[in-house]
Amino acid sequence: MSEEPQLLVHDRADNVGVVVVEGLKAGAEMLCRVTEDNSTFRLVVLDDVPIGHKVALVDLGEGDTAIKYGVDIGRMVGAAGKGRHIHVHNLKTKRW
Amino acid sequence: MGYETQSVRAWRRENGRVGVRNHVIILPVDDISNAACEAVANNVKGTVALPHSYGRLQFGEDLELHFRTMIGTGANPNVAAVVVIGIEPEWTQLIVDGIAKTGKPVEGFSIEQKGDFETIRQASWKAKEFVHWATELQKEDCPLTDLWVSTKCGESDTTTGLSSCPTVGNMYDKLLPHGLYGCFGETSEITGAEHICAERAATPEAGAKFMALFQAYQDEVIEAHKTSDLSDSQPTKGNILGGLTTIEEKALGNLEKIGRTSTYIDALGPAEVPAKGRGLYFMDTSSAAAECVTLMAAAGYVVHTFPTGQGNVIGNPIVPVIKITGNPRTVRTMAEHVDVDVSDVLKGKMTIDQAGDALIAMIIRTANGRAAAAEALGHKEFVMTKLYRSA
Repeated sequence: MSEEPQLLVHDRADNVGVVVVEGLKAGAEMLCRVTEDNSTFRLVVLDDVPIGHKVALVDLGEGDTAIKYGVDIGRMVGAAGKGRHIHVHNLKTKRW
Repeated sequence: MGYETQSVRAWRRENGRVGVRNHVIILPVDDISNAACEAVANNVKGTVALPHSYGRLQFGEDLELHFRTMIGTGANPNVAAVVVIGIEPEWTQLIVDGIAKTGKPVEGFSIEQKGDFETIRQASWKAKEFVHWATELQKEDCPLTDLWVSTKCGESDTTTGLSSCPTVGNMYDKLLPHGLYGCFGETSEITGAEHICAERAATPEAGAKFMALFQAYQDEVIEAHKTSDLSDSQPTKGNILGGLTTIEEKALGNLEKIGRTSTYIDALGPAEVPAKGRGLYFMDTSSAAAECVTLMAAAGYVVHTFPTGQGNVIGNPIVPVIKITGNPRTVRTMAEHVDVDVSDVLKGKMTIDQAGDALIAMIIRTANGRAAAAEALGHKEFVMTKLYRSA
């Protein structure tokens, strides 16, 4: 637990994770931790992503479902490759 | 872990409930009595006026909610004694009688045929008498788990679902089995996770009651009043800045507040007093912070735990609101508002179990008298929930 993660993932089934550090720049190799089981992996972020914002863990295409907490949180309305920033520009609720 | 033997120094009220503050409040029945109440509170130090915007020409369920909120606020165990002021005597007396059932001192004054000056004079004498009486009341050892602790989050972001909300959930998982009363609400912010919330009911009846309240909110509020959809309000602009994209994502983070093992035993209407004994309750509330905390205080909750991501500053005039954040940027930029810093959770240096213990320690300190940040900063947001237009 000595090295601090830059990205946290709730559930192993998730395809998005959350940046937990400030000032993350495109090209950085992030230490990613899954809080469910404390497993770790590495991922290169491809955009400047602010703290609290999401990053795609796999290539996501338009129409794909984003999974967080192991649960459907909405539909991709634009593509986001692995390592790309995910937010209101490419993800929307299925509710409205 | 010894929670059942942990005690706090607090006030045991006439009806047996435990209060962690000892307020003498000056309660206006209606908006036009605010000035008199504030004048009394200015005359008599150690009192607090609770001005608000409503109380005239309300009817039906909305009027019932108004009375329930007024009476519940006065009845809250954090309140030692109450001066009630209204424009006319009948509704004033109705509220006085409701509060008096607790056994605490309460006196009503009405302004018609008397004017502000004479009302303020009479009410100030009574308020001063109450302050002398209340300030001599002694604290005693009371079980920690006799407290009623509510929760609602605000200015949420993705860090709340990762750290501050599960911190509250951990506290509930630890204390509810020993008899704590808990409460969560925010009907609109459960949208997208309502199926998960329904499954967390202790009984099928409680789950069905929750779903009925949830569906009524969708049908009677959103469908009846929407102009497009809720996407301009939920998630809020602050939520979006913090990285929350959809209402489902927000709702899932929100529900982290009820922990892993806790289940709710009943679903309450707004400001409704729990009646099924010790345990966790859902309450049908707005997700607006001040409205929600005001309703939970009116139901009798004496400490509020408030996870925030981007930094909500809300307080309440009678209930200490404990702020918990896991967002390191908020800790850095808004430190004066933060009571419990759990940002080490994001760094992997603190577990949720440790964060829950830190929150329990802060609840104990707050119950023992530590001013919460919102109290020290003078946040006294008292906001009535209004169901529809007045007559």
